[in-house]
Amino acid sequence: MSDDPQKKMTPYTVPIGPTHPALKEPVMFTFQMNGEQILKADFAPGQTHRGIEWMGMRRNPVQIVHLTDRICGICGVSHSLAFARAMEQIMEIEVPERADYVRTIIAEFERIQSHLLWAGVAAHELGFDTLLHLTWRVREQAMDTIELLTGNRVNYGIIQVGGVRRDFTPDQFPAIEETLQYYSDLKSKLLKIFLEDKTIQMRCRDCGVLSYDDALKLCTVGPTARASGLNMDVRVDYPFAAYGDLAIEPILPDAYMGETRGDVFDRIVVRLLEVDQSVDIIRQCLDRMPAGEVIAEPKLAKLLNQFKKAHGEALGRHEAPRGEVLHYVRMDGKEHPTSWKVKASSYSNLMSWIPMLEGEQIADIPIIVASIDPCLSCTDRVAVVRSGERGIMTKEELHRLSVEKTRRLSA
Amino acid sequence: MKLTKSFNRSLWAFHFNSGSCNGCEIEIVAAITPRYDPERFGIKLVGSPKHADILLVTGPVVKKMRDRLERVYQQMPDPKVVMCVGACGTSGGPFYDSYNLDGPVDDVIPVDVYVQGCPPRPEAIIHGVVVAQQKLERLEGEKA
Ligand code: SF4
Repeated sequence: MSDDPQKKMTPYTVPIGPTHPALKEPVMFTFQMNGEQILKADFAPGQTHRGIEWMGMRRNPVQIVHLTDRICGICGVSHSLAFARAMEQIMEIEVPERADYVRTIIAEFERIQSHLLWAGVAAHELGFDTLLHLTWRVREQAMDTIELLTGNRVNYGIIQVGGVRRDFTPDQFPAIEETLQYYSDLKSKLLKIFLEDKTIQMRCRDCGVLSYDDALKLCTVGPTARASGLNMDVRVDYPFAAYGDLAIEPILPDAYMGETRGDVFDRIVVRLLEVDQSVDIIRQCLDRMPAGEVIAEPKLAKLLNQFKKAHGEALGRHEAPRGEVLHYVRMDGKEHPTSWKVKASSYSNLMSWIPMLEGEQIADIPIIVASIDPCLSCTDRVAVVRSGERGIMTKEELHRLSVEKTRRLSA
Repeated sequence: MKLTKSFNRSLWAFHFNSGSCNGCEIEIVAAITPRYDPERFGIKLVGSPKHADILLVTGPVVKKMRDRLERVYQQMPDPKVVMCVGACGTSGGPFYDSYNLDGPVDDVIPVDVYVQGCPPRPEAIIHGVVVAQQKLERLEGEKA
């Protein structure tokens, strides 16, 4: 250390971002660092604002449904479902029962692929690339089934106001059953790889802790909240679609681990168990699925006419893979909504980064940031401002730091 | 016609998100994971534009991303090829009337290969990379 007091500029600031190639909401992070330790964390989201709500207020709800698919490419059905439910409440449309089951089954397949996607990204952040490739390989099975059922791998376009646009055909059921069996067989293998691996335990146990109180105060939702012990799940608390008919219990980490610590590891536990829960939910749906129509109003022209007569406001909610999504819609007798507000699940969860990150090490940033599943897998560029000099750290270097920490721990 | 020199090194790609919905992102990652495994042929994603031969751009280029896209493009060494993945980068796609777009991508940087779809399938993305490689070979041949 130099004696020059000017040079002992601790704490120093590390900005990260804002270009994150794999994040749906690129974020600008600013960290106050003391050596390796994070003293303070701050972030600024909103770098890829596309003005979706503004565009939606100029389109009719049939067009909006396809726009909602593209709010987030991973939650291809969650936003559309929440939006359609809001519209159906305003227009007092009774959704056919079979459509509710189709919606539920697709939503659960989406959860399976989304959680596997996340598990792969988390493994990648730890430097465990073999596991990334393994999880993405097994994820393809869910993608194939979704494609078979909806016609698309991503952005399925299956939801319509008043029902779904496609029914399942009898020859599709064996394929669904095969996929369910595939994931049932895989369960113990996945749990073993992720939860018994020493490296993953060392990197994730007691890392990025979010306490029960903080999770409650910050309005965290979804698996992130459940991993901190919050017993909440929109599917159970406010049942919709077919969920009211099914037996579902929110997954909490203490049921499996015997305790809740609210760390990154607990978030892995919750998500992996939810994959199995989704398999179970789909099985229950298949057993109960009634016959009948899948859409309340198949003629689009008539549906569009009904929009022009709709008055009122409503909330649509859905438990997306990342937590609750909420759509508020107001119709005032025009073809397009006069007001539309979307609250995505990651939006509620972002604030929980701050208590998680503070006090942790710089090498833990990738896994903690990824642990709430904002799909942040790439931190594009880090500029370290130290002693007034400016050095640039790329995402690769940050990733390398993370990998090195894994190696250090396993050595 | 002059014989082209073959593009005699592994093809590396850099991926830039200019405000996409993530649909194209996950299909790009799906394209590089084991089902398709293009790494057999040396094709992989790299973390820095300075190492890349191909720039994969997704998203409709929102205003804040324009400058970053230009900077990433300028950092890439020649010969380089730009590939626009997805409908929203090609034409604005579902976001065509947004007030916050500076795109589509070819309004900001020159694009060589367009891959259509919203999102395109992994096979289509890989096909796009093959077409891009042909262009790189031609550029390499012209240089010689
Ligand atoms: S082309 Fe479609 S799927 Fe791809 S990023 Fe744009 S909106 Fe999303």
